[in-house]
Amino acid sequence: MAAILVENLTYYYPKSIRPALKNITLKIERGDFVIITGPSGSGKSTLVRTFNGLIPHFYEGRFEGRVLVFGVDTRKASVAELSRKVGIVFQDPENQILTLSVEREIAFGLENLGLPSTKIRERVNEVLKELKIEDLRYRVPFELSIGEQQKVIVASILAMKPEVLVFDEPTAHMDPYSAWIFSKILKELNRRGYTIVVVEHRLDLLVEYVTKIFVLKDGKLYAQGKPGEILERDDIDSIGVNVPKFISFFKKLKNHVRTVKVPRSINEASEVLRKVVMWSSL
Amino acid sequence: MELAIEVRNVWYTYPGGVVALRNINLDIYLGEKLVILGSNGAGKSTLIKHFNGLLKPQKGYVKVFGVDTRKASVAELSRKVGIVFQNPYHQFFSERVWDEVAFALKNFGYSEDAINYRVTKVLRLFDLYDYADRSPFELSSGEMRRLAIASILAYDPDVIVLDEPTVGQDKIQKEKLREYIKLLTLQNKTVILVTHDIEFITEGFDRIVVMAKGTIVGEGKPKEILYDEEILVKANLMMPQIPRIATCSKLSKIRDERPLTENELLFLVLSMLRGRK
Repeated sequence: MAAILVENLTYYYPKSIRPALKNITLKIERGDFVIITGPSGSGKSTLVRTFNGLIPHFYEGRFEGRVLVFGVDTRKASVAELSRKVGIVFQDPENQILTLSVEREIAFGLENLGLPSTKIRERVNEVLKELKIEDLRYRVPFELSIGEQQKVIVASILAMKPEVLVFDEPTAHMDPYSAWIFSKILKELNRRGYTIVVVEHRLDLLVEYVTKIFVLKDGKLYAQGKPGEILERDDIDSIGVNVPKFISFFKKLKNHVRTVKVPRSINEASEVLRKVVMWSSL
Repeated sequence: MELAIEVRNVWYTYPGGVVALRNINLDIYLGEKLVILGSNGAGKSTLIKHFNGLLKPQKGYVKVFGVDTRKASVAELSRKVGIVFQNPYHQFFSERVWDEVAFALKNFGYSEDAINYRVTKVLRLFDLYDYADRSPFELSSGEMRRLAIASILAYDPDVIVLDEPTVGQDKIQKEKLREYIKLLTLQNKTVILVTHDIEFITEGFDRIVVMAKGTIVGEGKPKEILYDEEILVKANLMMPQIPRIATCSKLSKIRDERPLTENELLFLVLSMLRGRK
């Protein structure tokens, strides 16, 4: 059974005459690590809001086709039920923070699930440790840096033990080093069995870990496939996808040196380049 | 070159005790394209707020075209230094795009004719003329950012500061931004870009100043700074992709060259391969 199955989904926001999503069909398997990318306004954030039922339950509007989460039609389940399967971390962490301590923030969702307090304490400890933020436990979330807030939000969602974790542009506000650390966290969560879905413009840090890329454009699914297949296509660059520079460099080099293989990661890129350099200086 | 902004031994501590700037010294010249690079909390935003007098130094001084910011009002200084902040929608308060651009001009006492002329000109320049009657809040994020730049450009300051303009922007929007920056420097404006977007600054800037924990930890040409792992790490940054693969493959060492863009690297590699043949 697919983790998320979207079938012929078309969606209009209330009062809107143009659909935000047009006839989208896609499948995300259990254990996948997928990126959803595409130009601004292409419908990426709208699409992931259908994964836990926020659309259509909260946003209303016209909803055609269907979304199945582990086989359950999202129209027939509540957002609360769906959120136990699919946790979404939105773009601006500060808008998601509700309480005055990190500990309370993480416990909040669990209390709403009606878990006993011993169980709640146990889970809070678990996720604080998992994300290595035990030192933040008694801090006030509003006073933390954006990167730290992001980790707190992730912790509060992990505590609910969903199977699918969705991140909407998680690194937009992070400095390069924090973004790199965050990419390692995502990889580790995926290794532990979480299905990971990331909406992202920036692909250079994640491309080596992902199993599939979906490209949206004007509300339609423009392309889908393995990262190599997608990013090596010439049209992908021109519609506004941020193809990592190390990949576009090798695409250009390939036009001159046919035998060169386009690498998947920045480390592999350095290796290949080192060979080219050694060969040319023999 | 004419000195636009002079920062001397500046210290600033926020109420509550956080020391945001520690003895900053910096000269910025007219017509220069400068990057202030650093991670969140490095003090970048605090520093630029000193450029138009929003904040005044507690120790040291800042001079804008020779005028000490402690002796001038924000309104006076803003005519020389325009700042486009990170979230443009926090800046808007007019009901129409046209009024948003005209607002500062009215405050500065321009005549009706001059206002009409200038507003029309910048709205055209930034492809916003068709939206003149719309609400700024109906615009897309890319359009909002253009409007924010346009409303500052309208009163023709000599220095334009862009605070994290690439956050959340896609590739096409970033390329447009690059064009606007080029356009500004053609008019001999000083452009100061505040960012942690290491990939964006590999092209088109004269100098990079790196900040960390309220101090300047490095300063130099892009080819120097973006190849200096030690400085970048101090500031919680990383080498951009092309410098990184050129360094890790030992290419930059063997050839003593520092490519920053794909094309520079491609040129270098092809010339090496040709040399072999």
